[in-house]
Amino acid sequence: MNSQFALQSLILRTAAHFLLPLLLIFSVFLLLRGHNEPGGGFIAGLVAASAVALYMFALDIRSAKRVLRFEPRDLLGWGLLFGVISGVPAVFVGQPFFTSQWLELTLPVLGELKVGTPLLFDVGVYLVVIGAVLLILLSLAEAED
Amino acid sequence: MRLEVALPVIIPLFFGALTLILWRWRLAQRVTTVAGTGLMLLSALWLLAATWQDGILVMHMGNWQAPFGIVLVSDLLGAIMVVLAGISGFATAVYSLTSMSRRHEAFGYYPLLHLLLAGVNGAFLTGDIFNLYVWFEVMLVASFALLILGGERAQMEGAIKYVTLNLVSSAMLLSAIGLLYGLTGTLNMADIADKLSYAEDPGIITVIAMLFLVSFGIKAGAFPFFFWLPASYHTPQVAVSALFAALLTKVGVYALFRVFTLMFTQDVDYTHEILLWVAAATMLTGVLGAAAQYEFRRILSFHIISQIGYMIMGLALFTPLAIVGGVFYIMHHIIVKANLFLVSGLVYRLKGTYELKELGGMYRSHPMLAILFLIPALSLAGIPPLSGFFAKFILIRAGVEAEAWWIVGVALLVGLLTLYSMIKIWAEVFWKAQPEEYADRPAHGSAGSGVLYLTIGGMAALTVFIGLGAEPVYRIADAAAHQLLNPSLYIDAVLGER
Repeated sequence: MNSQFALQSLILRTAAHFLLPLLLIFSVFLLLRGHNEPGGGFIAGLVAASAVALYMFALDIRSAKRVLRFEPRDLLGWGLLFGVISGVPAVFVGQPFFTSQWLELTLPVLGELKVGTPLLFDVGVYLVVIGAVLLILLSLAEAED
Repeated sequence: MRLEVALPVIIPLFFGALTLILWRWRLAQRVTTVAGTGLMLLSALWLLAATWQDGILVMHMGNWQAPFGIVLVSDLLGAIMVVLAGISGFATAVYSLTSMSRRHEAFGYYPLLHLLLAGVNGAFLTGDIFNLYVWFEVMLVASFALLILGGERAQMEGAIKYVTLNLVSSAMLLSAIGLLYGLTGTLNMADIADKLSYAEDPGIITVIAMLFLVSFGIKAGAFPFFFWLPASYHTPQVAVSALFAALLTKVGVYALFRVFTLMFTQDVDYTHEILLWVAAATMLTGVLGAAAQYEFRRILSFHIISQIGYMIMGLALFTPLAIVGGVFYIMHHIIVKANLFLVSGLVYRLKGTYELKELGGMYRSHPMLAILFLIPALSLAGIPPLSGFFAKFILIRAGVEAEAWWIVGVALLVGLLTLYSMIKIWAEVFWKAQPEEYADRPAHGSAGSGVLYLTIGGMAALTVFIGLGAEPVYRIADAAAHQLLNPSLYIDAVLGER
């Protein structure tokens, strides 16, 4: 069933099961640290997409789709929508579109937390990148079949 | 902070994302598309009204002040263009309700339509030269995909020429922007204009101006870079053709108007003289090319080129009246040209072909359509009292006042030849009897063509309105030209009074 890929490596297949969650967690880490340090939505999206891509190469397309759960196209749409929406809150406080708005929260365990619209924008980019890369990759892999 | 400046860009982006999410539900996509383009048109009208009342409006995106942040600027020319984009976008969306097949919709027609409109509006409103390049790319990416929607062989062939030339043009645009940035150290158009006015070396500025001329000339379909246009515009779905014909080349023309009135006015004798020659050659080659064609949409495509020549002529003469004429011409042209393509689509739907020699007898069978064709066709040729007459009249009057006799001669001759082309279509499609052997082509018939008639009729009514109500339209064009010829208005609005 995965005749399209010549690699039938047991090592890769076993490793992929462990690497997938690790890479996904790492991508979220990159996404969150991206505001002030190297990282951000784009690179995090690439890492997450490559995690699924690795899974696809190690197993097959069907399991990759199952593990992704969402249609890549939907991720793309939601990502774009988040990106646009993140610009809107500024308007309600009388500032131009895309002016960043911050909310300071004091949480019991984590302490002080700053949440703002740039994070929403970054999540949007994250989803768009995952969606776009996987849409291309899965379509190509399916065309190979 | 003026909200309305950003809305015509934000709305299509938002609805584009929404249609992407609604991918699986065809009806929902259609409803959101019509609602989205309708809202965009309303926001564009709001913007025009606000700009008319309060002068040039500026929004500093993300609250980063110019010249460092990216600004959206709406002067009257930009606002007019956004309104025209809204009208043609809305008309296309309504027209697509019937004309677009399920298969083409499934390729992502609606998200791409919104993306294209976002790119077009962004290009019209941005006040940053690099951002202009980005919006051009957004528009091009969407247009590549729309052009090959359906994936037929002829479409691929047209798209390859289209993509290649537009990539060359984009590369040239990018290098011109790089040089300009090296020279002035800024990307904000108002700031560039301000810095160039004290620049010491006009030679290098003229070189950069010519790079801009070539790259925008390719995008506008001006002589000698127009050949991608007739090679590709007759291949996609007709609603896409109509939208392309209405907007894409006009973004190039808009960009020429913007940079050659705001930034490159140091050496008008040289740069605008070249523009004038380009205009004449564009008019002539376009109309002569059309005379040799016998396919409905190809004739119309060649006529886009000759009409672009008129607009550039207005810019090149560079007198107040000529600029008014150019702006008026753009307004008239976008509506008329989109409508002619929409008519060709309806003819195709009824008869199953675009070839003139296979068509015929439409006047007898569809008199209503014949009249709806005549309105934009005669307007294009410049017959009074339709919009095209006033557009040409203003330009030719400007030419006479500037004593540029030869360009006046060319413009008049091209007008005559345009009439010839339109009469050719009229005689072949509507007047002569249809040849027997082509009478039984498979076609959709007239089922569901009510929406199409409605769109075409609405656009034709606008043409008549611009013709009969030329006075208010002229006043808007006049005010737009006044702003274009006084760059300090634009510069002060963006950078603040200094």
